[in-house]
Order: sequence, then structure tokens, then C-alpha cells
Amino acid sequence: MSYAWNWGVLFQSPYLGWLGQGIAMTIVISLAGWAIAITIGTLIGVLHSGGRGAMRMVTGSYINLFRNVPLLLQMFLWFFVVPELLPKTVGTWLKRDLPHPEIVTAIVALGLFTASRVAVQVSAGIAAVPRGQSMAARASGLSTVQAYRHVLLPQAFRIVVPPLTSEFLTIFKNSSIALTIGVYELTAQTQQIQSFTYQGFEAFTAATVVYMAIALVVTTLMTAIERRISVAGSAAKG
Amino acid sequence: MVAMIRIEGLSKSYGEVAVLRNCSLEVARGEVVVICGPSGSGKSTFVKCINGIEPIQAGRVVIDGDDLPSKPAAAARIRSRVGMVFQHFELYPHLTVMENVCLAQIHVLKRSRAEAEDKARSLLERVGLVDKEAAYPGQLSGGQQQRIAIVRALAMDPLAMLFDEPTSALDPEMIGEVLAVMLELAREGMTMVVVTHEMGFAKAAADRVVFMDRGEIVEVAETRRFFAEPSSERARLFLSRILAH
Ligand SMILES: Nc1ncnc2c1ncn2[C@@H]1O[C@H](COP(=O)(O)OP(=O)(O)OP(=O)(O)O)[C@@H](O)[C@H]1O
Ligand SMILES: [Mg+2]
Repeated sequence: MSYAWNWGVLFQSPYLGWLGQGIAMTIVISLAGWAIAITIGTLIGVLHSGGRGAMRMVTGSYINLFRNVPLLLQMFLWFFVVPELLPKTVGTWLKRDLPHPEIVTAIVALGLFTASRVAVQVSAGIAAVPRGQSMAARASGLSTVQAYRHVLLPQAFRIVVPPLTSEFLTIFKNSSIALTIGVYELTAQTQQIQSFTYQGFEAFTAATVVYMAIALVVTTLMTAIERRISVAGSAAKG
Repeated sequence: MVAMIRIEGLSKSYGEVAVLRNCSLEVARGEVVVICGPSGSGKSTFVKCINGIEPIQAGRVVIDGDDLPSKPAAAARIRSRVGMVFQHFELYPHLTVMENVCLAQIHVLKRSRAEAEDKARSLLERVGLVDKEAAYPGQLSGGQQQRIAIVRALAMDPLAMLFDEPTSALDPEMIGEVLAVMLELAREGMTMVVVTHEMGFAKAAADRVVFMDRGEIVEVAETRRFFAEPSSERARLFLSRILAH
């Protein structure tokens, strides 16, 4: 193979800048998506675990729909189809006036998709708290909301941190799908560098290293959180 | 005199299965009643119905003159005045002993933290565990956890206390320390309903014994009578089996 290696290209203008922008964009859409995922996912997970009848059906449908349709398709649906289905004024605003529609769409799609996965974990976490705990909480006169807030959720949260770590890692990887709707995140930028310079190996190696570094940071962070919230005297240690 | 707890014609089923059938019982203020009966006879369910954590299908539960609302959510106020102690303690594992004892005081009774902690300390002192206030439940023995569970219930200034087999999950050497606390409570005049197979406790503390079988209250007798000459054949059989151990 006669490939002319040139690592220096990564540090030249404008390629270094592209790389930096890509990293920043990946982090921004992933974190913003994660914020949506945690908020909506927790809400749906709680409603799903405590709900009966209609409530459980609505939350169950959300989970099934968003979890089982491929993320790539969801991106396309949000970007190309949803604006057409909305009332005309809203649709036009989305397409014409919303700044950076592709970025907003990517964040929403990533967030709502990941929310369904978070909801499953949260609901399973609540179900894993022994039944006697909610009985004790109610027996002492706590309301349902108070029982969730002070007794069930704090315990469920501890159960759920390890699986949520893996969802958090996954959202960074999934964010690369945003390139299909024109978001210049890390993978898209490295692709661009490769097509401008033909130094694909260097560009994609750089991307690989960055994704791995992000994973390392996330894992370290979550392990620290896990250690921080672990309860003295509890048998459940990872 | 009004009964502290009055249960009239209580029936409950899980789906098709009738678990409690037309149960009635009155417990006077300061009275101690022990409930016994074979496994699956509905003792736990009966006790849960008394403070409304299980909805009932028919009948009434009246606590200190107040009807327990049939909707569990509406019953919270009355529930907070009826303490409950469980077989497996059910302390909150993520909270310290102090936080366990203060949680409902603060959020249900709206006591200030300082007030709640004062109350907790004086009760912990009484059961000899004041030095454990900063510990987590997982760091304590079963006997210690159960005494703290009793303290947690007492901190709500309950009108009555319900116990569901409070010693049956404990190692034998820890049963005594929990029964001692319960005996003291009984002597101080607490109204108590205790599901237990500790016949020693029943003899020492109970005014009356209730015998349940297959979802029915088969017999209610003054304690000495119950052990000397139970009137029902089923109770006689049950006693001969349990006292044989
Ligand atoms: N949540 C539930 N759903 C369905 N059936 C239940 C439920 N809880 C209890 N039962 C049934 O109700 C009956 C009475 O149960 P309960 O726990 O009140 O009996 P118990 O007298 O306390 O028994 P034990 O001495 O074993 O504790 C049993 O047949 C049990 O299987
Ligand atoms: Mg029972």
C-alpha cells in the first residue's frame, strides 16, 4: 500500500478548525439530546411504572414507537416529514425561520429516541425497588408523589445509574447519525477533511481517538457518581 | 367508650379470590390484641386494611371515631396516625437512621427538622439506639433495624400501632430485644394489634387473642381463656401444633 501519511494535515488551517468544530458540535448535540432524554425519559418511566389503564398504554406506546423505529429513520422523519404534517404556519416557520433547523432536529430526534430507552431503565429501576418500601412509605402517610420523591426514586436512581451510563455513551455514538441531515458534527467534519485532503486515515483516526476519549470521560464521570451515591452498608456494590 | 379501632363486616378479595370474609373486630383504647392463625389465613391483609394501604371491597374501618375513606389516597391523614411495623422492617436503605425517623414527621406532620430530630432522639434513647442516628440501615443488625422501625412509627404519635410478624425475620438472639420494646409499649398503654406466632408475647402482653383461618375471624377470646380452652376446633388444632415446637 503506497499511502502518503501526513499527520500534519490535522493541525493545519482550516482542517484543525473543522475538527474542533466537529468535536464541539458532537458534544453539544449529544449533551442537549441527553438533557431531553433524561427529563422526558424519567417522566415517562415514572408514569409507566405507576400508571394503569390509559396512562400505561400511552407511555407504553411511546416507548415501543421510539425504541423500535431505527434512529436514522426517525431523523429523516423529524427533518423531512414532520414539518409537512404540522399546520402550515408552523411548518413554514420550522423550515424557513428556525435557525439551524438541522441541529435542532438532530437534538430533538436524539433526545426523544434516547428518552424511550431511559424510560425503560427508569421504569425497571422503580419496579426493582422492593414492594415493601412503597408500602412503608404509604403507611406513614406520605402521598404518592412524596413516596416517589423521597423513597422510590432515590433507590431506583441508584439501580439505574449503570444502565444509564451505557445509554449516555451511546448517545455520543448515535449523534454521528446527525450527519445524514447535514449537521457538521465530528464524523461529518472528518469526512470533509478526507475529501479535501485525501488524508482519510489520519482524519478518521482522529475521530476514533476523540470518540474513545469522550467515552473515557463519560465512564469516569459516571463511576464517580456511582461511588458518590452508593449507600453505606448496602450489599449492592458494582 | 368509643373503640380506638372498629372494623365492621370487612371483606376483601384479590380479583376472584376472597382473602377476607366479613371480619369484625373492636379494639379498645390501650388494648393489646394478638392475631394468630395459619399461613395464608389473611392476617397480613387484615392488618394492612386497618390502616388503609389495601383497599377493601366491603365493610368499614373506623379509627378513633373517624371512618377510613375507601380510596387509599384519601386515607393518608388517618394512616399517618396508625403506625405500622413490618416483618422485614422496610427501613429506607438510602437514608440514615435519623432521616428514616424524620421523613414522615417533616413531610406529613409538617414538623420542623429540629422538632423532628428532638422527637427522634428521645425515642431512639428509649430503645437504646441513640448512638446509631448517623448509621444506614444496612450497617445495623436485624434487631436494631426493627427497633428503629418501631421508633419511626412512634415518632408520628400514633393512636395505635400495628405489627405484622415483627420478629419472624429475626435471628433468635435478637427476638428478645424487639419484644422487650413492644412489651414496654403495651405497658404504657399503647393500643396495639400484633400479628405474631410468639405465644410467649401473647401471654405476657395481650388482652385478647384473635384466631384467623381462611380469611375469617374464627375466634376472639380473652388471652388466658384462649390458651386454656379455645372454643373452636380449628384454634385448638392450631395451638397444639404451634405449642408443640
Ligand atoms: N397482592 C396479592 N395478590 C393476590 N393474592 C394475595 C396478595 N396478597 C396476599 N394474597 C393472598 O391472600 C391470602 C392471605 O394472605 P396474607 O398474606 O394476608 O396471609 P397471612 O395470614 O399473613 O399469611 P402468612 O402467615 O404466611 O404471612 C393468601 O392466600 C395470599 O396468597
Ligand atoms: Mg403475613
